[in-house]
Amino acid sequence: MIEFKNLHKRFGKLVVLDGLDLEIHKGGIFAILGPNGSGKTTLIKCLLGMVIPNKGDIFFEKKSVLRKWAYRNNLNYLPQIANFPPNLTVLELINMVKNLRPKESNEQELIELFGLKSFLDKKLGNLSGGTKQKVNVVLAFMFDSDLIVLDEPTNGLDPIALIHLKEIIQKEKEKGKTILITTHIMSFVDEVADEIVFLLDGKIYFKGTVDAIKKQTNNDNLEHAIANLIAKQYA
Amino acid sequence: MLKILKYSFYDLMRSRWSYVYFLFYLLLGFVLLFLNNDVDKAVITLMNIIIVLTPLIGTIFGVMYYYNSKEFTELLLAQPINRSKIFMGQYLGISISLTLSLVLGLGIPFVLYGLFKSAAIFNFSLLLVVGAFLNFIFVALSYNIALSTENKIKGFGYAILMWLFLAVIYDGIFIISLVVFNSYPLDKFSLVATMFNPIDLSRILILLKLDISALLGYTGAVFRKFFGTNFGMLISMGVLVLWVVLPVLRMNFKLRKKDF
Amino acid sequence: MKYKIGLFFFFMAFAVSAKQIVVCQSCEVKTIKEAIKMAKDGDEILIKKGVYKEQDIVIDKPISLIGEKGAVIDGNNVGGILIFQTNNFKIKGLKIINVGLSYTIEYAAIKVIRANDFIIEDCIMENVFFGILVEKSKRGIIRNNKISSNRKNEASSGNGIHIWSGEEMKIYKNEMFGLRDGIYFEFVKNSIAHNNLSYNNIRYGLHFMFSNNNEYHHNEFRNNGAGVAVMFSKFTNMHHNKFRLNWGSASYGLLLKEIYDAEIYNNLFEQNTIGINAEGSTRINYKNNTFLRNGWAVKIAGACYSNIFIKNDFLNNSLDLAYNSNINDNKFDNNYWSEYTGYDLDKDGIGDVPYRPVKLFSYIVNKTPEALILLRSLFVDIINFSEKVSPVFTPTDLMDNNPIMKRIND
Repeated sequence: MIEFKNLHKRFGKLVVLDGLDLEIHKGGIFAILGPNGSGKTTLIKCLLGMVIPNKGDIFFEKKSVLRKWAYRNNLNYLPQIANFPPNLTVLELINMVKNLRPKESNEQELIELFGLKSFLDKKLGNLSGGTKQKVNVVLAFMFDSDLIVLDEPTNGLDPIALIHLKEIIQKEKEKGKTILITTHIMSFVDEVADEIVFLLDGKIYFKGTVDAIKKQTNNDNLEHAIANLIAKQYA
Repeated sequence: MLKILKYSFYDLMRSRWSYVYFLFYLLLGFVLLFLNNDVDKAVITLMNIIIVLTPLIGTIFGVMYYYNSKEFTELLLAQPINRSKIFMGQYLGISISLTLSLVLGLGIPFVLYGLFKSAAIFNFSLLLVVGAFLNFIFVALSYNIALSTENKIKGFGYAILMWLFLAVIYDGIFIISLVVFNSYPLDKFSLVATMFNPIDLSRILILLKLDISALLGYTGAVFRKFFGTNFGMLISMGVLVLWVVLPVLRMNFKLRKKDF
Repeated sequence: MKYKIGLFFFFMAFAVSAKQIVVCQSCEVKTIKEAIKMAKDGDEILIKKGVYKEQDIVIDKPISLIGEKGAVIDGNNVGGILIFQTNNFKIKGLKIINVGLSYTIEYAAIKVIRANDFIIEDCIMENVFFGILVEKSKRGIIRNNKISSNRKNEASSGNGIHIWSGEEMKIYKNEMFGLRDGIYFEFVKNSIAHNNLSYNNIRYGLHFMFSNNNEYHHNEFRNNGAGVAVMFSKFTNMHHNKFRLNWGSASYGLLLKEIYDAEIYNNLFEQNTIGINAEGSTRINYKNNTFLRNGWAVKIAGACYSNIFIKNDFLNNSLDLAYNSNINDNKFDNNYWSEYTGYDLDKDGIGDVPYRPVKLFSYIVNKTPEALILLRSLFVDIINFSEKVSPVFTPTDLMDNNPIMKRIND
């Protein structure tokens, strides 16, 4: 479904992606992990067309995405930081995003689920960080797309919202969607992810199931397994 | 693009700063007209203010909006739309909302004063047109600066410096070089130097109406052609349009390579 | 007054014995020249409707020449048309067209030589070289005439009303355009020009040379090379005139050169490149004038002493005053300056801080004319302000100590 081929990206002198190759098949939840600055966000942004690679190509459903934009209609994105135009209301924002995509949406269900109904007419500038993140989640899941990209989805969510989020992710997975997640919360990964992609020095260092990584590092706890991987690198 | 424009426009029109800006012009208009009763003088004072303030406000609003909506812009970038449409939408949204504050803020007191019966209507509309141009130019320039500068504080600093340079320093260098090279023919030089600064250009456009008696005192043939006919008006307007078009083109060019 | 009464009795006397000679195409007398030959002193020649192609018509006896409506004398662009060499004549209601052009002889529609006590009225002169040319004459009245031409340069154009060496002339309610000078006084004394309209002339609307003790008032001068030029003249009284829209690199509302003891009051100077340009002008009182939206309201070029500016309105001029030196012997007091930013805390209508009408910028523009393009720039405001605080280049003592807070001559 997604294929990164020999992807290179430099920011000035800093090499972030260094000939990365990765293939992700349709269906399932993929956690993209790696230490700070390993290129997780850059990788995702390349896929979304926000960062333009120096070299290499990216294919989404067999078509190159570079300098294109229409493919994004089949892709949902949850950005890391929820920051919206402060003087628009929640409803206006949702309508705006709907406006931009010629697609069916099921925002009502999600609004209800996250208890946002009473906030619909409030200005976004007046909302708390957690509520904004809920709006963020609604925006990301309200469209029916084959690929869903989540950048630190758990940021600022309260436990109930977090449970709802997990439920939604599972539901989407059952529908056969592909979900990419970056996060630092290992318990979350342990709970939801089917496969782990571990990035190091701009390359894929490990790709496999959660069980595989545990087996490889001889560690039952995912957090420690990952720490192990990173420690090896520093050694 | 229109969809983005619509929402950034809504967002900005409801912002506190738009109201402050609008109220400032409203108050200014009322004070100038009703405490002064001299439309000519009001137009001159307004010119002095518009030429300095609109670029400053355009610059500040431009950079602030860019940096403050960075995250939201990223969300938009992940939507199925062309990059340049997102930024053009935002750019037009800011420029149009600022222009609206200017036109309504000054227009209301002038209409109440009975401007339409007054002979100053042409000067006044010219003032608003020039103000609108300055908004579009300086928002475009500040967007260019913001797009090229990742660091918010630096970007803000550069933008203010640009304004200071064009509003004050440029004219200082200009006048000093005129005085120093006094013995050379300077008419072409001074006209060309004017074209390279949108603030000077707008000033000249208004001078063509307000101070034409003084400008026609020039002896040089180039000046006489420029100021004595509609030629000057046309050229200045044309170059002002260029001042909008070129930064916008550069913005689009920059966008094609930009990483977010 | 005395001579007016004399004139009255003079005409009364003729009313008794005078006869009328009628000229028309179908009459016995077909040409004006013929009629003049027949006429006796005091007769009236009535010219009926029709075009009379005649030139060099010499009138050497005191008669009246009256034109009916539609009576036209066409000079065919050959030479002068009517030449009066007599006292006590009158000409009225004629249309005189197409005077010849010459670079050596001053051809005129009506030439008056050594004549006293005459009236020229209600005549229309078109396409003239000179309109009315009066030489060495006294007590003439020139009124309600319309004189025009369409000349393009100074050399090929003549003046509308040109008086060379005259006394006690009265010139009023005339309209002049497309000429060199609208009215020209050369060696003229004790004469008045009023309620005339002079516009679109190549050189001056009204021009004085070596002429003393004259007065002009309630005239309008619009869009001429310069509105009025007063040169080498003394005791000229100028009031209630309008000087408007005189635009160009050498254009002034009023040009003063080597003049003494003049009074200039209640005039309006509107949208001229330079309102008043004064050179070598001494003991002149400028009072209650309005300077509105001129490039420079007043430009003092040099050697101007003991001039006094009181109670004038300086309104929205690009620059109020230009001085080419930093010495000042002129006085500014009690004027209204729209540029004045001072305050009046004691509410006596007079600003509490003096106003300095000469800006640093006007000094710079004097040295470098191109700098004018920076007019009203923020940078210019800043340097003007610093010069205001501590004058270096502009005359220190040149200021209006009692600037008025409100318009004076509204």
